[in-house]
Amino acid sequence: MALPQQKGDATAERLSALSRPEGGAWVSQARDEALARVQAMGLPHRRDEYWKYTRPETLVDAAAPHAGVYEPYEAQVFDDIDRVKIFFVDGAFDAEMSDDLSLAGVEIETLETAGAADIHWARDLYGVLEARGQSPVERPLAALNSAFAGQGVVIRVTGKAAKPINLAYLQREADTDVMFHHVIKIEEGADVTLLENGPAGARLNKVMEVEVADGGAFHHVRTQGRAHERRAATHLFARLGKESIFKSFTLTVNGALTRNEAVIELTGDDAVAHIAGAALGDGATGAFHHDDTVFITHDAENCESRQVFKKVLRNGAVGVFQGKILVTQTAQKTDGYQISQSLLLDDDSQFLAKPELEIYADDVACSHGSTSGAIDEEGLFYLRSRGVPKPEATDLMVIAFVAEALEEIEDEAIAADVLARLEGWLERRRG
Amino acid sequence: MLEIKNLHVELEEEGKQILKGVDLKLEAGKVHAIMGPNGSGKSTLSYVLSGRDGYAVTEGSATMEGADLLEMEPEERAAAGLFLAFQYPVEIPGVGNMTFLRTAVNAQRKQRGEEELSAGDFLKLIRAKAKTLKIDADMLKRPVNVGFSGGEKKRNEILQMAMLEPKMCILDETDSGLDVDAMKLVSEGVNALRDAGRSFLVITHYQRLLDHIKPDVVHIMADGRIIKTGGPELALEVETQGYAHLLGEEA
Ligand SMILES: Nc1ncnc2c1ncn2[C@@H]1O[C@H](COP(=O)(O)OP(=O)(O)OP(=O)(O)O)[C@@H](O)[C@H]1O
Ligand SMILES: [Mg+2]
Repeated sequence: MALPQQKGDATAERLSALSRPEGGAWVSQARDEALARVQAMGLPHRRDEYWKYTRPETLVDAAAPHAGVYEPYEAQVFDDIDRVKIFFVDGAFDAEMSDDLSLAGVEIETLETAGAADIHWARDLYGVLEARGQSPVERPLAALNSAFAGQGVVIRVTGKAAKPINLAYLQREADTDVMFHHVIKIEEGADVTLLENGPAGARLNKVMEVEVADGGAFHHVRTQGRAHERRAATHLFARLGKESIFKSFTLTVNGALTRNEAVIELTGDDAVAHIAGAALGDGATGAFHHDDTVFITHDAENCESRQVFKKVLRNGAVGVFQGKILVTQTAQKTDGYQISQSLLLDDDSQFLAKPELEIYADDVACSHGSTSGAIDEEGLFYLRSRGVPKPEATDLMVIAFVAEALEEIEDEAIAADVLARLEGWLERRRG
Repeated sequence: MLEIKNLHVELEEEGKQILKGVDLKLEAGKVHAIMGPNGSGKSTLSYVLSGRDGYAVTEGSATMEGADLLEMEPEERAAAGLFLAFQYPVEIPGVGNMTFLRTAVNAQRKQRGEEELSAGDFLKLIRAKAKTLKIDADMLKRPVNVGFSGGEKKRNEILQMAMLEPKMCILDETDSGLDVDAMKLVSEGVNALRDAGRSFLVITHYQRLLDHIKPDVVHIMADGRIIKTGGPELALEVETQGYAHLLGEEA
């Protein structure tokens, strides 16, 4: 079926501006297939239902919109955590800055290296989870990524990883257009923590495909770069086996436009998937539009899923949440929870939420809630009556508001680091 | 310590007048009690003194040690030594009780130009004070007042008072919701703080509390005014006869 003209034109324009990275047989084939998907779907258009609350133009346009280099004046995130550091500078792997990629219990390769081989285990995942995630809702930017991303990591976890792996994305040049595609396979009973941080570029398109085999565990914590002008479309595709654990948390402060999609399939009984995010935006220091779009499918029995998303918005900042729990007929005893809340610090800010439940099994417990509100004046007065000045009292209330999302980070040291970033952001904005 | 003169207050939004000329003078070291029918304006007085939003002072003044209270922000009043034990303590989900208290203690010290309490010293202090009020470690860790029973909330107010060591303590119905033993604990907590430099304004409906915390002066408030002032015997009079005859006297 032919695409509507506008969509077709925009898609053709973007595709003609991109060039295919080199690679061996397996990855080339995966890229061919992904390209065919993009051509069939067309890139997002603002009249697409799934893009009702977030305008996709700047993520689709052939050239990345302008974004300067932002130099935060604070220490690198996660610096106090003993970890394997993997640096990408302006979209390319930087071997010199990065640590040695050997780590007990884990095999780490760059996508370039893995892709150069004619055959590789990653072929079972690369573009595969993304393709599965195209139904029932299309995610063309992810397919675009599978077709054109030349950089990323390919990680296989065979045991308990000795330390966390940190992907740090630095931006050194203005106006960079960056794509990453990561593939992570966690074998039976294996366990890893993945950290991500940094703005990556003026425009980032990132896909991460994660398979967690039976009894495996994946912990993921990311802080998206503080650059005010950056734009990002990220996709996280995960497939979970029996009794596996998946936990992902994202802190977002600043950023002109962020769309974080997560597509998680619970395919083995007793699996657990938690996904959480805290996003803080201040329209006074740059545009802020943050969109969390989550789709969780329960396709096995007795699984648990939790979605906890908190947004703190001020001075015209916009927050979006589209979250869905789909429970298939076989997924009895599903425990699904979803909460999306925004704290509006003034009347100019906006929160748009579309929570959805679609349930075909009869023995399930699913709850969802979405709220939007101002700071609790009673609580604020109580704190002030005890001598806490208004700005500090307000910050305490904000931190209390996002606490439920932060609690999803299991590792205490990592959680403390993330909290410190959040506190720093608040402190810099004290009146 | 505290001097209130001809204080008139109305609700900002509705313009409804609640306090209609309150006069009250409380010397350092003294304990005054305020009793009065429901809705007479006792809590309103305590809120106006501590600086809550929503009230408009249309006439009169309130000073603490000569400083104009009504000009100050709530946190400044607290740092200057004013403390209100709320009739309905507020729940703050997500803020740990301990964090809350440490932030409050240090914020006050900072405003007064004093050095902040170290984490270790703070811990030692709060453990000791919590113990005398029978507040267990679990309650200190939980979010402020969330899931606390009515009596636990009131004890938590007194713990805050003990930690902050204010000069001017207003207790708004701290006895309501307390069982007999808790009432004793709380009263002991209050009595332990009594000294020549500290004053108390105790709002209560019951004589029983005043058996434990012996007031120097008792005021009766009705319809936004202090209609009668006397000694402890006035509280006994209210206990046995109610307010009707006092209201009658005034009319
Ligand atoms: N925010 C408000 N909106 C409307 N009416 C109010 C408000 N605050 C106080 N009032 C009214 O003002 C009057 C005084 O209330 P206040 O709480 O001060 O009484 P009180 O003496 O403390 O009573 P109680 O003994 O029941 O605690 C009451 O009639 C109450 O309904
Ligand atoms: Mg009252």
